[in-house]
Amino acid sequence: LKHSHLKNLDYSVVQQCMHCGLCLPTCPTYDATKVERHSPRGRIALMRAIADDRLALTKAFAEEMYFCLGCLACMTACPAGVNYAELFEHARAEAEESGLLDSPKRNLIRTFAIRWLFMDLSRLQLIGCILRLYQRLGLQTLMRRSGVLKLLPKRLRELEAMTPNMQPRFSADLIAPVTPATGTQRYRVAMLLGCAQDLIFSDINRDTVEVLSANGCEVITPPAQFCCGSLHAHNGEWGLAQQLARRQIDQFPPEDFDAIITNAGGCGSHLKHYQKLLADDPLYKERASLWDRKVKDIHEWLVEIGIQLPANHPPPQVVTYHESCHLAHGQRVTAQPRQLLRSIPNLKLVELPESSWCCGSAGIYNLIQPEMADELLARKLRHIMSTDAATVVTGNPGCLLQLINGARGKRMNLRVAHPVTLLAEAYRGGS
Amino acid sequence: MALAETVISELRRLLGSDNVLTLKEDLIPYSFDGTAALRQMPGVVVFATTPEQAVGILRLANDTNTPVVTRGSGTGLSGGSVPVPDCLVLCLARMDRILELDRANLTLLSEAGATTQAISDAAASADLFYPPDPGSMKISTIGGNVAENSGGLRGLKYGITRNYVMGLEVVLPNGEILWTGNKCVKDVAGYSLKDLFIGSEGTLGVITKVLLKLIPKPAARKTMVATFARMAQAAQTVSDIVAARIIPCTLEFLDRTTIHCVEDFAKVGLPLDCEALLLMETDGHPAAVADEAAKMEQIAGQNGALQLRVAKDEAEATRLAAARRSAFSALARVSPTTILEDATVPRSELVRMIRFVEEVAKKYRLRIGTFGHMGDGNLHPTFLTDERNQDEMHRVEEAFQEIFSEAIRLGGTITGEHGIGVAKKSFLPKFAGDAQMRVMRELRRALDPKAILNPGKIFD
Repeated sequence: LKHSHLKNLDYSVVQQCMHCGLCLPTCPTYDATKVERHSPRGRIALMRAIADDRLALTKAFAEEMYFCLGCLACMTACPAGVNYAELFEHARAEAEESGLLDSPKRNLIRTFAIRWLFMDLSRLQLIGCILRLYQRLGLQTLMRRSGVLKLLPKRLRELEAMTPNMQPRFSADLIAPVTPATGTQRYRVAMLLGCAQDLIFSDINRDTVEVLSANGCEVITPPAQFCCGSLHAHNGEWGLAQQLARRQIDQFPPEDFDAIITNAGGCGSHLKHYQKLLADDPLYKERASLWDRKVKDIHEWLVEIGIQLPANHPPPQVVTYHESCHLAHGQRVTAQPRQLLRSIPNLKLVELPESSWCCGSAGIYNLIQPEMADELLARKLRHIMSTDAATVVTGNPGCLLQLINGARGKRMNLRVAHPVTLLAEAYRGGS
Repeated sequence: MALAETVISELRRLLGSDNVLTLKEDLIPYSFDGTAALRQMPGVVVFATTPEQAVGILRLANDTNTPVVTRGSGTGLSGGSVPVPDCLVLCLARMDRILELDRANLTLLSEAGATTQAISDAAASADLFYPPDPGSMKISTIGGNVAENSGGLRGLKYGITRNYVMGLEVVLPNGEILWTGNKCVKDVAGYSLKDLFIGSEGTLGVITKVLLKLIPKPAARKTMVATFARMAQAAQTVSDIVAARIIPCTLEFLDRTTIHCVEDFAKVGLPLDCEALLLMETDGHPAAVADEAAKMEQIAGQNGALQLRVAKDEAEATRLAAARRSAFSALARVSPTTILEDATVPRSELVRMIRFVEEVAKKYRLRIGTFGHMGDGNLHPTFLTDERNQDEMHRVEEAFQEIFSEAIRLGGTITGEHGIGVAKKSFLPKFAGDAQMRVMRELRRALDPKAILNPGKIFD
């Protein structure tokens, strides 16, 4: 008998959903379509039908699993405590192993990105360097102005416009491997630089280290790090995700640190579940459980240890906060980022309507489901505009990129930043 | 799929292919509603977006003898919107516009697919109030609420859905559109047909529009939580409050199992070291609210309340009510299958009924969580079981037989707010008696002679 993720799952996980429907109003794809299949309850019904042998694994099922954003808003809404994240990852893994979605183009992209590029971040950095050169030398501007891009198919043109700007310096050039605490050292922490974050938002990484140091933490940031594996786990590459989890634990032995810090909501949500991922690995199982307890989102950690209030008074600013799905729903970190922002003098925090509704970024969702992603982005931007805030902050690189691209597309005069950056600026005395 | 291909293609022509679902992957998610352990595959799922489309669908169904099961968001708890084999599921979730809010007459006109929450929000935006608040109000549709005559947490003081329906647009099985009711408070012209459709569970017609009565929003409210070492003390508190001529808008209770599950989910700080918890709310004029709240506190204290907590603001009050509303789903945390019932007795018999339910659970060796609307005698004994355990499921059935018989004996009813559907069909004849059953059958035959609407529901 062929291995089946869904059939091998503990049946109580599949059975936990009692189909009350309370998840429906929180699901962006159900909200947009009003079709049950595009709802958490409907998707779970399909998974259960497969586990029960009432439905064969079909292409329509596999496609449905990729129409789901994986935003996990349903988990926050679910009184019955259904572990949708687990069900969803297994369902995607099953879809991948079936090969039903295979096409030469898709296979090529997946092999390149998931199985090659993100398995060794030096490869990603190399691509980042090439892109940086292309952008720095003005080639990108030249290409965009020349009209050559108009020859590309529409989708490629859209993708080209989404190419993120590379930072002039990546994290390793900005951050020392060991940063001492300012003042008395209270904690010793590791900081994960992330993959895309390291290239596109290395400044946020630097700000994070500065803020940690200002709060009495010695920060360990080895320059060569690994991907956390969330991309792999969320896209059905279970084995590769396990491999990356082991590398993380080897590089950052959890027993050596008071906390392992991430500033990316999406990564954190995955990083905190290594125990489940490595449950069948006798060598790593125990440490994975300790690891899970040591992983902290930066906002969560700072509030836990007590935020050092900035002595300076930066100029007044009006800020609104967009919640990364995997920070809010995946990690249930919702109060802490707001607390962090409120600790900044002269900062007025305006609540964003539907703040925890997905912005459409959802990992690589905006690349594979552009229509739904655009709809969600437009909805998010409308709400941001309604607040009249000059700055929107959010704790996840995917959301940051999505909002930056969205604001640029709409020619909005909007600053998009990470909350930690605003705190770092306040410590520095405003900038 | 036994549905003829000609029917499907005619539906596509009527509605456009986006509104007609036939793939197995599309149908499975419509094979159930909120009721435990019921599942049946439909033949096709269609969305109507206008009453005219509903007319076309019903004409076609009537001509081809296709059974029709109307559905909103599928949150019902008696199997009312569970398909019958190879039926046409008519989903109204895309007809969700609120059409008019009449501030002069205090009414709201809405399409059937609007959610109860949307109606409540629309009313609140005009400083008005739509009181019925079933547990699933965030997603349940107003059409479904009317078809099931839903209750909620505020029944004691404000009544149920029926008390707020002023008019209905209904499509009959032959395709006629019927409008019943209007904006007049007084209207005695002919039979009150709207009352016939309220609670008809999709068997007499398809409700497409609803005209609702709104009332002024109470100026103040106060929410309290009291805990007790014994269920009888909580029940006595409720009796004493009503005896003191106070009608609070909410008097909800949770037993120990339910409290733990709810707190596990909602994390609102419910005290865990008690056998019973009362959620009490009074609303109205600020002076009356202050006076009533003080009296309720005092009465709870006299009955040995262990702890008494008053919600400090509107946000906390809302959180507490939302936590209570999650009780049924939260109970699913402790067992794979949760079977919820809603036997209801006159308030004066409540303590006796609660005790009886406990004894029955013990007798049949079943785990049970009980919560409900103590103010209106509407109990929700919920069996925590596993549908794969056939022996236990059999015992659950026997336990319910006893509970329903006792409810009837005490002058109560077999369902307070969930409806008969299929779940309680077998208990209805005994409860209703021959004359009522005959009249109901004849009414149904008169309106739906070919028996296409939700066949097999309520009674055969």
